Amino acid sequence: MSVVGERLQPTIFELSRPGRGGGKIPHPPKDALDRIPAGALRANPAALPELSEPEVTRHYVNLSQLNYNVDTGFYPLGSCTMKYNPKLNEWAARLPGFAGLHPMAPDAVAQGTLQLLWELEGMLAEISGMEAVTLQPAAGAHGELTGLLMIRAYHRSRGDLARNEVLVPDSSHGTNPATATMAGFKTITIPSAPDGGVDIAAFTAALGPRTAGIMITNPSTVGLFEARIGELLAATHAAGALAYMDGANLNAILGRFRPGAAGFDVMHFNTHKTFSTPHGGGGPGSGPVGVGSRLAPFLPAPRVVREADGTFRLERTGERPSSIGRVRSFFGSTGVLVRAYAYILAHGASGLREVSDDAVLAANYMKTRLAGTYQVPFERACKHEFVASAADIKHRTGVRTLDIAKRLIDKGYHPPTIYFPLIVEEGMLIEPTETESLETMDAFIEALIEIAHEAETDPDLVKSAPHDAPVKRLDEATAARQPNLRWRAMAGAQMPCPD
Amino acid sequence: MPYGPHAADDRARMLETIGIDSVDRLFDDIPEALRAGPLALDEPEPELLLAGRLQGLAGRNRVDLASFLGAGAYRHWTPAVVDQMLLRGEWYTAYTPYQPEVSQGTLQSIYEYQSLLAELTRLDVVSASHYDGGAATAEAALMTCRATRRERILVSRGVHPHYRQTLETYAEGAGLIADEIPLVAEGPLAGTTDLAALAAMLADPERPVAGVVAAQPNILGLLEAMPEIGSQAHAAGALFVAVIEPVSLAVLAPPGEYGADIACGEGQPLGIPLGYGGPYLGIVACSDALVRQIPGRLVGMTQDLDGKRAFVMTMRAREQDIRREKAASNICTNQALLALAASIYVSTIGPHGLRDVAATGASRASELEAALAGAGAPRLHAGAYLNELVVRVPDARAVHARLLARGVLAGIPTADLLPDEPALADGLLVCATEVTTTDEIERFAGALRAELAGGAA
Repeated sequence: MSVVGERLQPTIFELSRPGRGGGKIPHPPKDALDRIPAGALRANPAALPELSEPEVTRHYVNLSQLNYNVDTGFYPLGSCTMKYNPKLNEWAARLPGFAGLHPMAPDAVAQGTLQLLWELEGMLAEISGMEAVTLQPAAGAHGELTGLLMIRAYHRSRGDLARNEVLVPDSSHGTNPATATMAGFKTITIPSAPDGGVDIAAFTAALGPRTAGIMITNPSTVGLFEARIGELLAATHAAGALAYMDGANLNAILGRFRPGAAGFDVMHFNTHKTFSTPHGGGGPGSGPVGVGSRLAPFLPAPRVVREADGTFRLERTGERPSSIGRVRSFFGSTGVLVRAYAYILAHGASGLREVSDDAVLAANYMKTRLAGTYQVPFERACKHEFVASAADIKHRTGVRTLDIAKRLIDKGYHPPTIYFPLIVEEGMLIEPTETESLETMDAFIEALIEIAHEAETDPDLVKSAPHDAPVKRLDEATAARQPNLRWRAMAGAQMPCPD
Repeated sequence: MPYGPHAADDRARMLETIGIDSVDRLFDDIPEALRAGPLALDEPEPELLLAGRLQGLAGRNRVDLASFLGAGAYRHWTPAVVDQMLLRGEWYTAYTPYQPEVSQGTLQSIYEYQSLLAELTRLDVVSASHYDGGAATAEAALMTCRATRRERILVSRGVHPHYRQTLETYAEGAGLIADEIPLVAEGPLAGTTDLAALAAMLADPERPVAGVVAAQPNILGLLEAMPEIGSQAHAAGALFVAVIEPVSLAVLAPPGEYGADIACGEGQPLGIPLGYGGPYLGIVACSDALVRQIPGRLVGMTQDLDGKRAFVMTMRAREQDIRREKAASNICTNQALLALAASIYVSTIGPHGLRDVAATGASRASELEAALAGAGAPRLHAGAYLNELVVRVPDARAVHARLLARGVLAGIPTADLLPDEPALADGLLVCATEVTTTDEIERFAGALRAELAGGAA
């Protein structure tokens, strides 16, 4: 039986029939648009689907059931921290006082939200050991851009215009080098050390008067803490550069390591990872950025200000001329931030440390149990995630990591992240998170071990997986070569409807 | 830990398997000097108390006012079915559909979103979503630079100031130039993009222009001469970016039909709560010719090995996880759940309903215009508008504050929104939508009349 629903759905365009739907909005007077010049009006009505509400409901419920998700099963997608999403937080974000507040509302009518945001800034500063925090960035990558633009502004403010390089390890998330380009920097890629960590010697050698900053993910993308991070930070600062920490893996070190206190100048948080705000099928996330004192003047505007009388307000346009400016409209993804705030308060200091302790314990437990069956290229204690490799299995049987991932679907699981980071051959990045029970982890481990045996005894079974899913493997080559990116009603049904 | 799964002896069993006596051993690799002490945060708050705290904070916001605030975020009626669907964990607790075999729900919903927005904008390609209207506009402007290999962007001052400021931040980072096209100060075209100034800016052979960005309706609610702006841009070899408001496209000419190469904007009006600014939905749409420049994910229709129709993320060679420093953008996490909200909203409200939403907003705005003029605050501009307009109010900031005390959120003082426009020193930008009631309009007009008469009543 498939781990997700198997009933593929027609598109909403195929479900449409003229005359269905309606009843939501009163009709306007016939002359409502008479004062608008004909040339500005739409000549042909938009060909949008017409459906009744029951059909819309059934369509989206049926579609939803084609999805694997945390609420139905274990989702050990490394680097993404697919932990449980508390239901209280969904309720909180929907409270009318939060959800109904206009983003341009005067400060006087927004005191509840402003207080929440101000307190959240303080909590994130405490967790990270940073001086100040902006909540504006909409996602981790957006936070990276914000951070690098501040680094750029910092050097410029000192008249140091030659620094146009950012050092990034080859194991980094792709967002790091892509961000460097967007912020006007040249990416210098530094190969990883054999232990999967940063090659401190290579980094130090590459530092120089052209280095604006370094970007480090710590724990690294293979789940290891950079034990020599102090040395690297000292070398970076000695070279006049600043250090950015990609906080994607913060879930491993809450209450154990505070990047700002350790010497990082700037970092982003992924609230959708560490602080459990839902991933939403790809987003929304939120990417607050913490900075040390050197970068605080450059934080994007507006920030939340607490007045002497205890009231809160947003900074006014132009109030802090050193700011890099806005990185988006309005304040930020406030609804996401409400959820992160609730999560942090529900845990408190002791609970957050427990989060990391349990996440790291779970990853090491799974790593230990899998070590006999899969290669574990890095033997020392991992943090919240670890890499297992099927390179041996592939050489022996021809079964690749991709095949194992697809076979996991048959066994009822979402596969781990695969082929990332690229520095490990046939790698699987497994991140259990702290919210999975021992029984769940044991069952997943058994499934992976079973697949390893199947690879020996019946490799074709694994190579042709998934067998129990609504669709088989997809023709991605044709999809890219002859892209069909929208329904064209005029062309009729392009392919037979699945029903 | 409030959401922890472990029974009393689970941790001990895991430690035993690993062969250590304490979880602390797993953190031995953090240098001692860099280890954190206890965090200065409160103790865990039980759900009962936390819920009370959250209700208390939410209750300190005032959302009971008669609100005429728009300026880029709009109150609309969202059919109840939209949020009921969004509350399904199958949607909101999934992530990016990296494994298409178990993600067909999200993938098909994104394909449908792309198709719906393509029809509304009459453009070919729509990205799976961007952060918000501001970042979408900035990315659209960067697209024009990559496509033309030019470095100068012209952006109308009729574009939302937050979008312009965001674009300026992005352009500064990328080493590009963003110049602003002024608005006409007076006369019948007052408040719209100055076409003569645009022509002069485009005519500079030393500084070729990559893209021209203008908004329809513009930040003052006025309708711009979009076809003319587009023709001017194209004649100079530049691309034309239209900043759109999606509900208005039910009644206003779509960007694909007046020559826009790219449309971008804020998708919040399509069933997404105001929520003090987010999470919102950045819309980016473009012509087929620009498909390789568009940032963010795209979902395509394909088939599986058995020939069954299916959906998959495609053209991924533009994206950061494949191309790294050569990617079209750094975007990874997007706003998929908000794109889903927009799709459910549009599917539920339907083509006639969406037209009713836009036209009712226009009708309510006419009523508002008449009522405010009757109260002594006539319109400031002569040009056509849809559902947002500027009225002339002397000492607008002070009047706005006093109206707030009377329970009326009288839009936004134009001097706050566009402080650099002397022609807008005495104005309020006000908005009406289908949820605006006659009673609210009468309260606003009555309170304004009283204020303008000297604060009596």
